[in-house]
Amino acid sequence: MTRLFISRDSTALSLGAEQVANAFAQHTADRGQSVQIVRNGSRGLFWLEPLVEVETPNGRIAYGPVQEEDVASLLEAGLLEGKSHPLYLGNIEELPYFKNQNRLTFARVGITDPVSLEDYLVNDGYKGLKNALALQPAEIVKHVTDSGLRGRGGAAFPTGIKWNTVLNATGDQKYIVCNADEGDSGTFSDRMIMEGDPFVLIEGMTIAGIAVGATQGYIYLRVEYPHAKIALNQAIEAAYKNGYLGENIQGSGKTFHLEVRSGAGAYVCGEETSLLESLEGKRGLVRFKPPLPAIVGLFGKPTIVNNVISLASVPIILDKGGEYYKNYGMGRSRGTLPLQLAGNIKHPGLFEAAFGMTLRELLYDYGGGSASGRPIRAVQVGGPLGAYMPESQFDTPLDYEAFAAIGAVLGHGGLVVHDDTTNLADMARYAMEFCVEESCGKCTPCRIGSTRGVEVIDRIVANVDKAKNTELLRDLCDTMLCGSLCAMGGMTPYPVLSALNHFPEDFGLHPAKA
Amino acid sequence: MQDYQTQQATVLEILDAHRTMPGSLLPILHGIQDTLGYIPPAAVADIASSLNLSQAEVHGVISFYHYFRDTPPGKHTVRICRAESCQSMNSTALENHAKQVLGIDYHETTADQAFSLEPVYCLGNCACSPSITIDDQVFGRVTPDKFDSLLAKFKGA
Ligand SMILES: Cc1cc2nc3c(=O)[nH]c(=O)nc-3n(C[C@H](O)[C@H](O)[C@H](O)COP(=O)(O)O)c2cc1C
Ligand code: SF4
Ligand code: FES
Repeated sequence: MTRLFISRDSTALSLGAEQVANAFAQHTADRGQSVQIVRNGSRGLFWLEPLVEVETPNGRIAYGPVQEEDVASLLEAGLLEGKSHPLYLGNIEELPYFKNQNRLTFARVGITDPVSLEDYLVNDGYKGLKNALALQPAEIVKHVTDSGLRGRGGAAFPTGIKWNTVLNATGDQKYIVCNADEGDSGTFSDRMIMEGDPFVLIEGMTIAGIAVGATQGYIYLRVEYPHAKIALNQAIEAAYKNGYLGENIQGSGKTFHLEVRSGAGAYVCGEETSLLESLEGKRGLVRFKPPLPAIVGLFGKPTIVNNVISLASVPIILDKGGEYYKNYGMGRSRGTLPLQLAGNIKHPGLFEAAFGMTLRELLYDYGGGSASGRPIRAVQVGGPLGAYMPESQFDTPLDYEAFAAIGAVLGHGGLVVHDDTTNLADMARYAMEFCVEESCGKCTPCRIGSTRGVEVIDRIVANVDKAKNTELLRDLCDTMLCGSLCAMGGMTPYPVLSALNHFPEDFGLHPAKA
Repeated sequence: MQDYQTQQATVLEILDAHRTMPGSLLPILHGIQDTLGYIPPAAVADIASSLNLSQAEVHGVISFYHYFRDTPPGKHTVRICRAESCQSMNSTALENHAKQVLGIDYHETTADQAFSLEPVYCLGNCACSPSITIDDQVFGRVTPDKFDSLLAKFKGA
């Protein structure tokens, strides 16, 4: 039977993948052709979605972007034999955008049926867990430490060190919490893993549990991701049924239980202590640290809180060893980062690469420049708390330290591209407004300062006491930076000040006076 | 608005189903909103007594989270993404258009109860901005024209 692959990824669905899949089912049935439609994840080349791939003796041949109304002509042209058509793309793995990636964490995404355990196993799944089960806990942690993996959720804290703290903490119960609250604009790699290869996250969390002696895990998933929830729950069920979750995992005597919990639309609940409060059923107020969650975490017990991508990178590290992973990257940024190209960009998508390529390469060689065809003016990297980078900084290598050195953040690897029609004073105002909307309210600089920030920017733009208000804005940013308990208030100044420093003309300021 | 008496059985059932779950308040609130469309203010007393919390605490949680609502929604909920990537693709024009054709602002429901309008901050669909959802369906690259045809489709449904 011929196999067709049509994505179930949210973005593909948002462009009509469901209708395309239904049309293929209908038309092939009408023609008496027998096909099996596999709903895979997305390869992440979103300008080509909905993408349809057909399995042929010469490999998988792709067509895209396919709309419902193209289906008849595609079948007519011989899609099932991989024949030519205006939407013919050939083997997608040969396109530079795909071919030049280093897909470690995303190795299976877009290739397998995300919720088929069989597919997962055939494609190297659960090899990491198998190795982990043969090791002592400290040896598992050592692999993670040796890999150089740093948290992919934003703060880039070394994962091995965090795990080691939880390993050495004492408690009758420990927890693994996956931070799947991915609320940053321009980021969707967590979503793509959860929808496109949920088992890799489940495996990573199971390994984490075995490494530190935690028997219960929670995935705190933002409510805006209903498709991810379905895929995760389907995969968790399959893992339980086949002895990969629950008691006595694969006959090892080890136990690990896993559950998905839904957030409720609060950005600040992505902050790890706020997330724990939320999981406990409270308002998501940020906790003071110390104590660290690694020592006093969920329900007061030692807890690992890690990002989705951090945890999903663990299986390959345990499969191939810490050194293998470490061989990718540069400086203290080791391994790969799934970069996400979004906003005003011609070729938006997910590009997993070793640290070290420049922003410019990514934007132009792969992203193809802006979608509008106008000059790219600014790129916000690392979500709503990240700086706006002007063209003069596009040669910065994608590396945590290189970004920090210029007052920017790499964060979760999301890039939002703006062309020259964007007004950066508007974006700075929005950054403050977002902080007003999402502040947990615990500290004054963040809660009140952001409201004042909106007003001050309005005054600058309205040309009221310009010099004085600009100074006031800088002062305010300084107070927020130094006086906030968490990065919500503490980093809102990044987008604001970068906009002010690099694009003063948008505030009606002379560049020299800014 | 419905009488709470007819809803109370549902609420009590949901409370009962979560009796042993650690950190059960959010799952309970989701359960109620999934079933009734909102969290009736009258349910707060039942939730509080079941979880041994004060009513103020329960209310504090409901009001903290943007997703929870205490009034019934329209038949369909339209959420428009207001975050940066969507802004870079002119979601502001889309927002204005939507408010105008629906004749309502954010957090409001049309007079015929057909649509509620809510803002949302990123749907993870930033590769195809601007994005919206209608109920549980995501739509990408939404122009004002596409918005109108989607509304027409859901209006019938
Ligand atoms: C306001 C705010 C929002 C955050 N949102 C997220 C998020 O959505 N996902 C995430 O993994 N980390 C987020 N973080 C970072 C977490 O606090 C924490 O550093 C991370 O989950 C740790 O996991 P990692 O070490 O694997 O990155 C956020 C931090 C702040 C201050
Ligand atoms: S900085 Fe803002 S979000 Fe963070 S703890 Fe303070 S008030 Fe809460
Ligand atoms: S910013 Fe709108 S979907 Fe992400």
